Amino acid sequence: MKPEYTTLDKLLPGESAIIDSLTDDLTSLRLLDMGCIPGEPVFFEKRAPLGDPIAIMVSGSLLSLRLAEAATIRVKQTAA
Amino acid sequence: MENEKANAVKTRQLKVALVGKPNCGKSTLFNVLTGLHQRTGNFPGVTVDKKTGTAHLRGMNGSTTDVTYIDLPGTYSLYPKSPDEKVAFDILTNPDNPDHPDAVILVADATNLKRCLFITTQVIDLGIPCVLALNMMDELEKSGQRIDTLTLALRLGIPVAEISAREKTGIGKLENFIAGGLAAPSVHVLQPATLLGENAALLRAHFPEKKEYALLLAGHDVVSKNNPPELAAALAAKNFNTQRLQSEESLLRHAWIGQLLLECSGAKAAASRTTQRIDRVLTHPVFGYLIFVSLLLVMFQAVFTLAQYPMDWIEQGFVMLGEWLRTVLPQSGWSDLLVDGVLAGVSGVAVFIPQIAFLFAFIALLEDTGYMARVSFIMDKLMRRFGLNGRSVIPLIGGMACAVPAIMSARTIPNWKERLITIMITPLMSCSARLPVYTLLISLVVPDTPVLGFITWQGIAFMGLYLLGFVMALLVAIILKYFVKVRERSFFIMELPIYRLPQWRTVLITISDKIKVFLFDAGKIIIGISIVLWILAAHAPGNAFEVIEKKYATELAAGNPEAEARVASEKLEASYAGRLGKFIEPAIAPLGYDWKIGISLITSFAAREVFVGTMATIYGAGNESEIQPIRERMRNETDAVTGKKVYTRATGFSLLIFYAFALQCMSTIAVVKRETRGWKWPIIQFVYMSGIAYFASLLVYQLMK
Repeated sequence: MKPEYTTLDKLLPGESAIIDSLTDDLTSLRLLDMGCIPGEPVFFEKRAPLGDPIAIMVSGSLLSLRLAEAATIRVKQTAA
Repeated sequence: MENEKANAVKTRQLKVALVGKPNCGKSTLFNVLTGLHQRTGNFPGVTVDKKTGTAHLRGMNGSTTDVTYIDLPGTYSLYPKSPDEKVAFDILTNPDNPDHPDAVILVADATNLKRCLFITTQVIDLGIPCVLALNMMDELEKSGQRIDTLTLALRLGIPVAEISAREKTGIGKLENFIAGGLAAPSVHVLQPATLLGENAALLRAHFPEKKEYALLLAGHDVVSKNNPPELAAALAAKNFNTQRLQSEESLLRHAWIGQLLLECSGAKAAASRTTQRIDRVLTHPVFGYLIFVSLLLVMFQAVFTLAQYPMDWIEQGFVMLGEWLRTVLPQSGWSDLLVDGVLAGVSGVAVFIPQIAFLFAFIALLEDTGYMARVSFIMDKLMRRFGLNGRSVIPLIGGMACAVPAIMSARTIPNWKERLITIMITPLMSCSARLPVYTLLISLVVPDTPVLGFITWQGIAFMGLYLLGFVMALLVAIILKYFVKVRERSFFIMELPIYRLPQWRTVLITISDKIKVFLFDAGKIIIGISIVLWILAAHAPGNAFEVIEKKYATELAAGNPEAEARVASEKLEASYAGRLGKFIEPAIAPLGYDWKIGISLITSFAAREVFVGTMATIYGAGNESEIQPIRERMRNETDAVTGKKVYTRATGFSLLIFYAFALQCMSTIAVVKRETRGWKWPIIQFVYMSGIAYFASLLVYQLMK
């Protein structure tokens, strides 16, 4: 089965994926610091009441980030 | 020389720093290790809170060690992104820094080891002797997981102590490691030479004494500061790219950590079910906001009503003390100064301790449980419309306690424009120093009748003033959004920590800390101003007092009480203080204030809580014969000419509005100057807040009178 590539902001709450790469230099340093590491599984926990920011589960902690920041995280979804 | 050596063997002096990511229980461990032997200061040159504490440890071989613990700001990595992280970075990497530690306790959350090991491996590579304190072992065991600490210690090359700072278990073992003497780590996680390539030689020539990893960090420092410029240029020419190198280092470290975790813990960390369940309610589209507003309402009502009882006791206590002093002290100018100047000033300060304790307790609870991060999460999108960040909520709520630490906490906002706007509007949030003024004036002009259940009109007026400050803060934010021109990316990448029960010990230490600061820092100013004011009120230029006394000589001799009151009030008017008040009266008369209030306004610009003490001193000086609570004195105050009550509803509300908006706090001005690095922003802030205060009060008085 071929993995599908997309960005984290396109996922739906409850979906999970594997982080493939970080596409923005400046944002990537912060994301790496907070545990968003390529190869790491990520789970889309929920959206904030107003739709943005979102909460994700990655590297064992709950992380909040804006949709614009999530858009810089390329993920691969293995079609189950 | 010999003697010194012998002493050194007997009692060693050791500086130990606590390092770890935010929310790993570092501060709790610090409190356990140092107990009450701690003090809060500032790191030199910056306004980051520096917490140090001492402990006396006895080693197993009978040797003793005096340890000075330093609680460094929480940091995820050694790439400093905020001023707080920069402090930790400088202390750890610069051996010449006076706070550079002899040893480090690396604090890690055992339930989330992956995130904690990053900074751990970085400190290990710096070669500083260290020990890993694996915290929250109790929670790990409860969740049925296990960590092979032996493998962990072997692979990291440092001792590992399993502890629980909350349960106070394993602390003795950790202290034994420290007392026994720690060695430099026996392992290098990263081989910086491969990352640095040709640049290694360039840096080595410039920093011959630095170890390998310190060399790489020194390289980043040289490039970011462009100092020395020729080395920075040489590095740039050889493709030294800070962002790329940091990314590569991160990936290498994370790969190493991933491998280590496979070896020493099988199970993957799962999300806390409890946290998920609580979050479902607290970040709910409707209940989330409803709960937030209700929490604030309950907080204000509690601060107002619950604190009333201890406040009454303190107030009565001071009245009794004053009466007692009057009977035992001889009649003289010195006893007047003591009772009307000093004692009135002190009681004006002391009476607000209960309210300040309640307010700080509430805010510490919200922070400690992890709720504050959720508030940021649900508010981010709203706050962005006002040019703010979800994280601005924390300084804004903190501003209700005190603007000074709140403005410092704005540092967690990475974007300069959002941070600046947050700093500029935080003092509009009603702080605890306004409490005394609000309490006094509300109890004078708002009835204490119930509206709904236990909520009274006074409670509503109180909440209303807080809301007013908040709404004005948002309005100013919108305006500033168009004036502050900064092109910089805005970020909102933040950890949502799992919910934990509050640590009562931590909350209590926070409260006692804040009360001490309030009593001694604000108290000093208040008592000082009270004394100066009393002197100004008790003296007049030339022989003005004698003239007045002569005028009423016959009535006074007959013991006419009305004449005595007249003399007292005319004396105050003729005094230096009275002249000062009279001088500004034309400017403040349209707001409904007389010259006595004018004196308070002038003194309040040092610190707004001085208002109450000033009132106490002024009315005390005017009414030497009777001692009664300041509220009663003000209620009975009448205009000498018209005979009407001074504190009408219009004047009361006008004053409330003035204090809600005006920037009357030297400390705030000082901290804004430090945080924005210059006088420009504090001056703008002072001018705009004073302007709003004047015109809003003018409007209120003219509409209500």
